[in-house]
Amino acid sequence: MAEFTLPANSKVRKGKTFDATADSANKKRFVIYRYDPDSGANPRLDTYELDMDRCGPMVLDALIKIKNEVDASLTFRRSCREGICGSCAMNIDGTNTLACIKAIEDIPGEVKVYPLPHLPVVKDLVSDLANFFAQYASVEPWLKTETPASRDRERLQSKEERTKLDGLYECILCACCSTGCPSYWWNSDRYLGPATLLQAYRWIADSRDEHTGERLDNLEDPFRLYRCHTIMNCTNTCPKGLNPAKAIAEIKKLLITRAT
Amino acid sequence: MAQDKRPLAPHLQVYRWQLTSVLSITHRATGMLLTLGTILLAYWLLAIAAGPGAFASAQALLGSWVGQVVLFLWTLALYYHLCNGIRHLFWDAGYGFEIKTVYASGMAVVLATGVLTVVTWVMAMNGPGGGA
Repeated sequence: MAEFTLPANSKVRKGKTFDATADSANKKRFVIYRYDPDSGANPRLDTYELDMDRCGPMVLDALIKIKNEVDASLTFRRSCREGICGSCAMNIDGTNTLACIKAIEDIPGEVKVYPLPHLPVVKDLVSDLANFFAQYASVEPWLKTETPASRDRERLQSKEERTKLDGLYECILCACCSTGCPSYWWNSDRYLGPATLLQAYRWIADSRDEHTGERLDNLEDPFRLYRCHTIMNCTNTCPKGLNPAKAIAEIKKLLITRAT
Repeated sequence: MAQDKRPLAPHLQVYRWQLTSVLSITHRATGMLLTLGTILLAYWLLAIAAGPGAFASAQALLGSWVGQVVLFLWTLALYYHLCNGIRHLFWDAGYGFEIKTVYASGMAVVLATGVLTVVTWVMAMNGPGGGA
């Protein structure tokens, strides 16, 4: 059953405020979710005021600046800082995106930063993605074949067959889409969610894969696949511009057409 | 650190409402309202079957301002669910998944719901036995 409110230990309290130096002319406030597992206290919102004339353009730049210059305890994941690793996925200004490619100037007023919605929080902006990756593993995201591989060349695809993987293989598994999906919030224990289903379809659509029927069998389930109600928050929030909702619709179509 | 002690990150509380999620939850809400409306329809049909007295009191109830408001909301829910249901049929057939199309079809559903509801009520008010 869906829980619409936060459990008692998850309710967010007011936190500390760190003002910028008085001489800064171009100030911006960042309101950031903090949770310290060692203290046992409830999560809180800390406010950091930064001088934008001495800060990079992206939200990740601001987070790094805070960690370097204001509060070294601020904890977040980041790696590539160019939108290809998916580490810095978080909820910024109400929607999920990658902090490294989200421009600060696109956000009017305070910049609110939360961890990915409805996931357990390890610390500050670091989410527990164990269930997310377990679900990904459950679709067996690798090429499965019966026919033996040729000794002297790869399994070939035509240009058309290869084109079917465009818009699928680019997924970086940042979890923005799944954690932006209300259906996933209420049923993440049984619903696979848009990211995993997009990846499931990536292997279903692959002309070289020979386990399509088995893959479809595994998805034909009221929860694993059909908790998708085409809300479309996934496609709306994908920082890579992919379309998980369409991939899910293609899976549903395949299940119907193979049954007739 | 026990994992079950980990707090749950805010979700509904912080996620920005957008056309996608708003129209989706409205579809579900109107679906539930239509279930209630079906009970009302059954009541009205039973009143017809029960005779002139029961029918007259049912008409009086539905003709009161409270009844009219309920009927208005019912038609609104009906047309919204119908129009958005057609939108869902297109999705089920694999069409209309681009975000631009999703927003356009969503706005079209809202517009069509309003127009159909108003047209229905104008016709009902001006028809035989209408309130106006």
